[in-house]
Amino acid sequence: MSVHGDEAWLDGDAGRLVRPYAVTNGRTSATVQLDLLSMVVATGGGTHNSLEPDHVQALGLCLRPASVAEIAARLRLPAVVTKVLISDLVDCGAARAASPARSSSDTSNQVLLERLLDGLQRLL
Amino acid sequence: MAYNDFSNPFPTTVKLLVAGGFGVGKTTFIGSVSEIEPLTTEEIITEASVGIDSLDGVTGKTTTTVAFDFGRITLSQNLILYLFGTPGQDRFWFMWDELSTGALGAVVLADTRRLESCFGAVDFFESRGIRFVVAVNEFDGAFRYEPDEIRAALDLKPHVPVIMCDARSQRSATAVLVSLIQHLLEAAMTSSQH
Repeated sequence: MSVHGDEAWLDGDAGRLVRPYAVTNGRTSATVQLDLLSMVVATGGGTHNSLEPDHVQALGLCLRPASVAEIAARLRLPAVVTKVLISDLVDCGAARAASPARSSSDTSNQVLLERLLDGLQRLL
Repeated sequence: MAYNDFSNPFPTTVKLLVAGGFGVGKTTFIGSVSEIEPLTTEEIITEASVGIDSLDGVTGKTTTTVAFDFGRITLSQNLILYLFGTPGQDRFWFMWDELSTGALGAVVLADTRRLESCFGAVDFFESRGIRFVVAVNEFDGAFRYEPDEIRAALDLKPHVPVIMCDARSQRSATAVLVSLIQHLLEAAMTSSQH
């Protein structure tokens, strides 16, 4: 899904016309623990009345599970700002999010490593 | 739809890092293996600024925007690999800790024309105990070295794999990732025997 310039309030090379933290009303911390690889997905429910255009756009980017990093990149917003938007979506029930399982960074997890190796070798 | 099924788990996401000096081909490497055009995410960092721009000993704070590229490889319906390029400039070292949190391993890309530009990455991963492979991006016109010469020049431990690669090639870059996972797997099997 591509983000069109007018939707993101972008002016070509000038970038966003709104300062990043204006999107979050100056809030810099998310109420939900999120990192770049946290996965987010729209629930199809929740109360949407108080959502700003940026929230709606973020929601549109996670109709299928998407990482915080991807949503931030497609919104062209810093990750820290994107996390605040996503936590708003989680708070109002419009999305749910999960941080990567600890097991996915466990270098002793042989089952995971075998799956990765198998998947990568198929791409060769 | 899957997203209405609350019992449906999210796919497992795995993070690998692609590090190396500025201009060594990190984004090229990521682009070769990624199923999406490499994306750029920005992070806003607040740094204490001291020295040249402080007035009367007042320490100010500056915010810096650090951009880093990443790509994605969906290996199966429930396993997604993300490759994050570390910022190449030395002054963004403080970002590395955050990026490396939760990373399974790393590729250090090296350019034989300026091998010293990857010293920092090697030092960082060694000090953090993050396993890595060194992939020598063979630029056209650069002198060709043997892997052992690179190993000696970088003072690498004997178990660290050194692989020659062409970051522009999907197959070559994928082979580097295979080497990294094999390296991790060998280490995991060795440690489970003790």
